[in-house]
Amino acid sequence: MDSLTEVDDTRRLAAFRDEALAWIEANFPESLKTKLEEYFQNMPRYPDGPDWALWKQRVRDKGWGTPGWPKEFGGGGLSTPEARIVLQAFTDCGAFNPMTGMGTSMLGPTLLEHGNAEQKKQHLTRVSRGEVRWCQGYSEPGAGSDLAGLQTKAEDKGDHYLVNGQKIWTSGSRFADWCFCLVRTDPRSKHDGISFLLIDMKTPGVEVRPIRTISGESPFSEVFFTDVKVPKENLVGKLNKGWTIAKRLLQFERNATNTNRRQLAGDTRPLNEIARAYVGVDDQGRIADPDLRQRIVRHMMEFRSLRLMQQRMLDETKAGQGPSEFTSVAKNARARIQQEREELLIEIFGQQGLGWGAAGDQFKQTEIDTTRAFFSNKAMTIFSGTT
Amino acid sequence: MSLLTDEQVMLRDSARGWVKANAPVGAFRKMRDGGNPKGFDDATFKAIAGMGWTGVVIPEAHGGSEFGYRSIGVVLEELGRNVVAAPLIGSAVGAASALALGGTKAQKRDWLPKIADGTAIGALAVDEGPRHAPDRIALAATPKGGGYALSGGKTFVMEGMAADMFVVAARTGGKAGDGTGVTLFLMPAGARGLSRKRRELMDSRGYADLTFGDVEVGADAVIGKAGEGKALLDKVLDRTTAAVAAEQMGLAQQAFETTIDYMKTRVQFGQLIGSFQALQHRAAYLFTALQLARPTIDAALQAIDEDAPDVSELVSLAKATANDVVNYATREMIQLHGGIGMTDAHDAGFYIKRARVLEAAFGNSAYHRERYARLIGA
Ligand SMILES: Cc1cc2nc3c(=O)[nH]c(=O)nc-3n(C[C@H](O)[C@H](O)[C@H](O)COP(=O)(O)OP(=O)(O)OC[C@H]3O[C@@H](n4cnc5c(N)ncnc54)[C@H](O)[C@@H]3O)c2cc1C
Repeated sequence: MDSLTEVDDTRRLAAFRDEALAWIEANFPESLKTKLEEYFQNMPRYPDGPDWALWKQRVRDKGWGTPGWPKEFGGGGLSTPEARIVLQAFTDCGAFNPMTGMGTSMLGPTLLEHGNAEQKKQHLTRVSRGEVRWCQGYSEPGAGSDLAGLQTKAEDKGDHYLVNGQKIWTSGSRFADWCFCLVRTDPRSKHDGISFLLIDMKTPGVEVRPIRTISGESPFSEVFFTDVKVPKENLVGKLNKGWTIAKRLLQFERNATNTNRRQLAGDTRPLNEIARAYVGVDDQGRIADPDLRQRIVRHMMEFRSLRLMQQRMLDETKAGQGPSEFTSVAKNARARIQQEREELLIEIFGQQGLGWGAAGDQFKQTEIDTTRAFFSNKAMTIFSGTT
Repeated sequence: MSLLTDEQVMLRDSARGWVKANAPVGAFRKMRDGGNPKGFDDATFKAIAGMGWTGVVIPEAHGGSEFGYRSIGVVLEELGRNVVAAPLIGSAVGAASALALGGTKAQKRDWLPKIADGTAIGALAVDEGPRHAPDRIALAATPKGGGYALSGGKTFVMEGMAADMFVVAARTGGKAGDGTGVTLFLMPAGARGLSRKRRELMDSRGYADLTFGDVEVGADAVIGKAGEGKALLDKVLDRTTAAVAAEQMGLAQQAFETTIDYMKTRVQFGQLIGSFQALQHRAAYLFTALQLARPTIDAALQAIDEDAPDVSELVSLAKATANDVVNYATREMIQLHGGIGMTDAHDAGFYIKRARVLEAAFGNSAYHRERYARLIGA
């Protein structure tokens, strides 16, 4: 790329960014701004009502829930840098993308690469339109870090596969319509005996048992499969060749973790601002606790480094390189830095950061949300690859 | 003396035996699930009192065993191992120390025997905001009819829901920040104009906010000398803080041991995860941190028993160290258990929740580092 086209490109993207911001400003319903906290929480506090439906519909019609997907599958047909700009613009406007979840962030991109025409047609449009929710059936009680040790088996029964086994930690499965699942189709080979199967959660024999976490929520469940009949056409890619597809999906997952909405739960102001409010300032306007001040600043510097690294990744993507091992590095760094932020936050809040139960006159909603996020984000160093 | 005496070894063994046999973490879980606002189970506390652990720092003359602080530390560490819920720190250490060190004859006579046998529960009411700040006491006690009238509030009072009496730090002169003018009062929980409201914290124990609306007490309610209570308060806080550190040590130690046990049973990639060098290193680092923390806590408790001149310094060292090690150990506990450590069905959550509450109680690490710096002249 010569420097002239690059300048041209930058100008064009800047113009596009203005356009995106303007569209979101004009279309994001005012009432949902106050619902942001709810949206960032888990499903039970999902916003509802006419404005939510309206926002979903507008984004759907624009194709901006999945801005980078082809238009024929309900996407926005935008280039990768443009798509990034749209997603960032949601946040910059204090809005959010109503089409989130594993369908848009993980399964969709994987199907675009590995699905056959029929599968793309059947599944992608419904995902981009926000009509169907997906969950990820990878982990099993005996197969966590050692994912390829999975045992849930799918037997070839002529016109269908018969699935038996158990998945665990399956996020969102209580509400999911479909599950993309790793199954064992050949017990003789560890990695070359795994297949990638799409399972309708309403099929007889699928049972979901919620698991409660230390944050008090139930974001995931155990999923049991007992003689579940899955049509043959739900196999993605070749039989026994699911591991490559599984790994590709994990790259998309790590990438998505870097922009996880839950990381924005609780008090989202910059830490120094929060600390000034909670801890107070000395006569020169510095955070009154000098020890805490140093640690806050160290964290903010780390966060800045992370942003710079992410910018570099973005530039790489722009230059045509997809998610790489870099996404793992970013995911690990992001997870650690996020957890550090939450440890600092509850310290800044003092005992106000230790509350449990419902918010009210003793604990603010932002405090309770932060405390819950403190716990649920302890999982950031566990899911999509432990660190 | 850094090692335990024979008597203390016996105490530790009996505490360990009792905790193992009678107070599994499941008992705490049951209490938590029951939503008991007092934050502990009466039967458990009765058993603990029956063994005399409520009277360990109380003089023999007032119904205690006078074993001392190192000894109560030994007990608290064992209880901490299984997150056993009982009002020992607030009552048998905090309130008991205030009365034993500064109480009048009548105050001691009226309350210490009952605290010692567990029939009464006391609590310390010091802080007035979400961070430990004993220098910022503002609750006003104004002279009235030969006694005082108290108006103001206290927050996050440990065992505040179960307490029969409070040791209240109030201001009879000067203003928040002044060294003089602080007075400690003994106040029955039923005093007119005193109300409490539960503060539900993540560790499911019993905390309360207190509101004083012109609560009248006689001059005989003063513990120690009116207007000169700061030195007594500091002594009481040192003792209470050291006791917290001892419980933290128990939490951290057990978090470590439970994790090691898991590493010896969980198989991934066809091997025990404990055989992976990356995890062995993590365990070794944590073990080292525990070994560095334990002697600081022992030294602080020992110094209290010996009435050494550097008690405050050692207590700040112990609390800052215990805070950091229990924070670290409970993070590692979750991380090394993987998904199972994130579940409420596993015990790891209880450890990290109790840990974070105790870290904030009576001074977080920054507070104690700052205090230590001041004390050593840094
Ligand atoms: C909140 C949350 C949501 C999740 N959502 C999903 C989901 O939607 N779908 C899904 O399929 N799964 C999901 N998972 C599961 C997640 O992917 C697993 O928890 C993860 O793979 C770790 O597996 P494990 O929990 O069995 O831990 P283990 O694999 O048993 O690991 C235990 C510990 O050992 C360490 N360890 C293991 N092997 C090694 C090694 N070789 N070297 C060094 N250390 C090692 C790990 O780092 C960890 O600290 C979720 C998990 C969480 C916590």
